[in-house]
Amino acid sequence: MNTPAHLKYAASHEWSRLEADGTITVRITDHAQEALGDIVFLELPAVGRVVKAKEECAVIESVKAASDIYAPVSGEIVAINQAAVDAPEAINSAPYDNWLFRIKPAHPDELSSLLDADGYNATL
Amino acid sequence: MPQRTPLYADHLAANARMVDFSGWEMPIHYGSQIEEHHAARRDAGLFDVSHMCAVDVTGADAARFLRHLLANDIAKLTTSGRALYSCLLNEHGGIIDDLIVYFFAPTNYRLVVNAGTAEKDLAWITAQCTGYAVTITPRREGAHALAMLAIQGPQTREKFWAAFPASRAATESLAPFQAAEWRTGNDTWLIARTGYTGEDGFEITLPAALASMTWQALIATGAKPCGLGARDTLRLEAGMNLYGQDMDETRSPDESALTWTVDLRDANRDFIGKSALARRRESHQTTHQLTGLLLLERGILRAHQKVFTALGEGEITSGTFSPTLNQSIAFARLPVDVAVGDEVSVEIRDKRLAARVVKFPFVRNGKSLLPSSI
Repeated sequence: MNTPAHLKYAASHEWSRLEADGTITVRITDHAQEALGDIVFLELPAVGRVVKAKEECAVIESVKAASDIYAPVSGEIVAINQAAVDAPEAINSAPYDNWLFRIKPAHPDELSSLLDADGYNATL
Repeated sequence: MPQRTPLYADHLAANARMVDFSGWEMPIHYGSQIEEHHAARRDAGLFDVSHMCAVDVTGADAARFLRHLLANDIAKLTTSGRALYSCLLNEHGGIIDDLIVYFFAPTNYRLVVNAGTAEKDLAWITAQCTGYAVTITPRREGAHALAMLAIQGPQTREKFWAAFPASRAATESLAPFQAAEWRTGNDTWLIARTGYTGEDGFEITLPAALASMTWQALIATGAKPCGLGARDTLRLEAGMNLYGQDMDETRSPDESALTWTVDLRDANRDFIGKSALARRRESHQTTHQLTGLLLLERGILRAHQKVFTALGEGEITSGTFSPTLNQSIAFARLPVDVAVGDEVSVEIRDKRLAARVVKFPFVRNGKSLLPSSI
């Protein structure tokens, strides 16, 4: 299982990275894509939506099941990756390259409450 | 402790992701369910279906017993090896199971029933035997245990004959829904031109001890192992019901798109459930039908989503993403007067999405059967 050490993880299988502009980019983990199987549908939140940490804000569906994606931190959705919506199968082949959405955090320190790679691997 | 088929070790060796299915530890996929689906549509896919249960029905009254037990009429089967799809009904006309019955002789038949219903079916069938000279013999365990493999797809026949050249003479002239016995050494295999995918193919029933050798020989020809995930998308595209999902004991064949399997031509034949079905029809008790649905927007139809029509509500019984059509399809139980071509809406999470009522099968022999203008 590929779990890069420089990222922050939620037990609900999203990972987050703090960008230079202060926003947080959210993707799903390699473990999540493998457990889901062939991904065929992705629904992302509207840009501008304000979400709370752990709030359901996106849906990812494989052939076999639908699964919710949760906001790792509170804040405003400032961008979504339309390319991932148009070709969700790419998430299977490269989950760490295919970001889903960016959040402008309301409380940047919330990021520190997420798991590190070892902590996430321990939940699996 | 879940049960395992004779191919359990072969599945693990092929990197299967195993899941519990009706108490059986079975492969859901071996990497990509969609690639497996395409292999069966375009080339040849290989399936372990040993969790299904073969039940031999033998004896002087076997034919008379099965004409009473089954809603379809086995009197149609006159050539050895012919197969027939039928429902097993209860007295209320509800579906206990769906099955395939093979005819070998008027004293010798075989049923193949679903994994999750096998125990219930055996109890039911045995309870109906009183007064008939028949013997009921399940073939899943013990010294005479059988395994079942399915190889499905347009290249099935060539691959199977490449692996087992001596079987060619016995199987070359098989028509669809026809099986032949092939004797090899001291063993007898039953090779049937049947399947659950909408493709040409064989279903092979053979001694359990030979399952692994046969599986490996077919993989060596390039047949791709396929899990239950692909089996489900293939059967849905092919318009074939799944027991427990699209029908059960509370649903009659008329509510399950299976009216064609209830044979009423011999007015003198009295089968279990017949009078109840007749009463339901006379009093117009059937309010819902099973139809095909095609989602017109992006999203995935799933079982138990609500469907809204101009004539009332219904529910999806099976839904999926169709790898062949690249859009979502489903079976839905809708009010009887909803017609093919009608537009309906499906509740998916907090939205209502547009869907079209269509005929099924959706796909046959690798090709879409949808009308060109949807």
